[in-house]
Amino acid sequence: MAKRIDVEHLDVYYGDFLAVHDVTMTVPARSVTALIGPSGCGKSTVLRSLNRMHEVTRGGRVEGSIRLDGVDLYAPDMDPVLVRRMVGMVFQRPNPFPTMSIYDNVAAGLRLNGVKDKATLDGVVEQSLKGANLWTEVKDRLRKPGAGLSGGQQQRLCIARAIAVQPQVLLMDEPCSALDPISTLAIEDLITELKAAYTIVIVTHNMQQAARVSDQTAFFNLAATGKPGELIEVGPTSTIFSNPGVKATEDYIEGRFG
Amino acid sequence: MTTSTPSMAARSAAAPAPAPPRTEQRSTGRLGDLIFAGAARGSGVLVIALVTLIGVFLVAQAIPALLKDQASFLTSREWTVAGDAPRFGIAELAWTTVSASIIAMAIAVPVGVAVALFITTYAPTWLRGPAATMIDMLAAVPSIVYGLWAVLSFRSVVRPVEDLIQQRLGGIPLFAPTGVSGGTIFFIGVVLSIMVLPIVTALSREVFAQTPTSHREAALALGATTWEMVRTAVLPFGRPGVISAAMLALGRALGETIAVTFIVSSLAPGTPWSWSLFNGGETFASRIANNAGEFDSAQKTGAFIAAGLVLFVLTFLVNAVARIVIQRRAAFSE
Repeated sequence: MAKRIDVEHLDVYYGDFLAVHDVTMTVPARSVTALIGPSGCGKSTVLRSLNRMHEVTRGGRVEGSIRLDGVDLYAPDMDPVLVRRMVGMVFQRPNPFPTMSIYDNVAAGLRLNGVKDKATLDGVVEQSLKGANLWTEVKDRLRKPGAGLSGGQQQRLCIARAIAVQPQVLLMDEPCSALDPISTLAIEDLITELKAAYTIVIVTHNMQQAARVSDQTAFFNLAATGKPGELIEVGPTSTIFSNPGVKATEDYIEGRFG
Repeated sequence: MTTSTPSMAARSAAAPAPAPPRTEQRSTGRLGDLIFAGAARGSGVLVIALVTLIGVFLVAQAIPALLKDQASFLTSREWTVAGDAPRFGIAELAWTTVSASIIAMAIAVPVGVAVALFITTYAPTWLRGPAATMIDMLAAVPSIVYGLWAVLSFRSVVRPVEDLIQQRLGGIPLFAPTGVSGGTIFFIGVVLSIMVLPIVTALSREVFAQTPTSHREAALALGATTWEMVRTAVLPFGRPGVISAAMLALGRALGETIAVTFIVSSLAPGTPWSWSLFNGGETFASRIANNAGEFDSAQKTGAFIAAGLVLFVLTFLVNAVARIVIQRRAAFSE
């Protein structure tokens, strides 16, 4: 189910502005890859180009190629809607649909796919909530609004919503930045569990988090404000954190800038 | 702020204490507060007083006429307001007014919402501004111009549609043929729908545009198409706004006068009752406007004012419902 991602010579633009220049990297299947780097270095932009959410922003476009197990996500005949069904996403701020119940939030993706059968929906909702470690907390109030949950629970609800459609890749854009330490820990544990079934790419500002959850780390940086972000180096997390090949990576990880 | 707080506390603790320094500066501020608070409070009271006084005026003027009314005011279709035994009722006026307004809503709400969605979601960026402006300009067309245009030009466009509906669905009492060729209830409704379209569109557009990006992206990231994104994120978020927009538009449609007065074809007294939307008939506003020349005795005037009172209550209720829905919306977004 999980698939590997090959990014080759990726340039990402906002209109005429080149935001990220020449990124080439591979994300292995069933692993966690962390994208780190200072603000504005383009790591979120790269993440959003992996499920073609980048082009939702006005003027957003990319050059180069991104392949999912060899399938070009930016092929002319590739429907971005289809890409997003294969590559799920969890956002920085928990964003459950406010008018929907917990159950309906998780079922939303399936319903978009035309699943109407109640037994199927019930099963997937339970499986997904269990997969997101939320089931025991909400099983007695599935019909209550999702917006009534705590921030950490809402974020796990969003993860449950994302995995309910069984994507091949799960993208997470600073999923813990709006959460308290306990909820953060819950999400991190969840990420470790989820990588058995999914390919996960996570953007984080938290070095410890990258060190804790990821197998591979990619460090992005930009030469100066207004210059495009670049991928400085990518490698096994243990190597990047203990013995980085580039001085800037070491400086950033040790907190000397960014 | 921080400098004034201690001296305020000191002053309230010891009232006759000597005035603290820098009184001049502070008193200027106080005077401004006083004027502004007074003006704001005065305006608020004035508006409430105005509405109340209009209500009182209508009731006071209507009661004597209503007491003399020999027919049932709410259910009679007669309208003889002169003489010692006047017989008048609002059944026909209420039916025409309400059914024409409902037709207007049935057309304007879906079209207005669709236009608002087009402008906020589907239209290319360069078209959004101009399209919104064009719709808003519909609201700037004077009522009388709508009336002229409806009678002289638009009538011939709607006629074939009416004929078609009467041919196909004539068996249903609501669409029964009547032979009325002028301003049918249906035609009034169609014209009203165009007049209230800008209200529905502008308010819906506003609320759709406020849909948080995070909601839209949540739907898109699940693999929603644009329409599915609209259905899962934009419409649920905007629904209360659309409802209140519809209510405000309904209030406008109920009270519209000049254009409708131009269009209506009044029924001769004694015309048999028909549920058909292709019948003629007058609305509250057009009946009053058409007979403004008759206001020569307190009794006649009172009869028309009684009709106006019903319209006042009707639009008041509709607007009240709209306000309540808007308030719910505010509580919900917290």
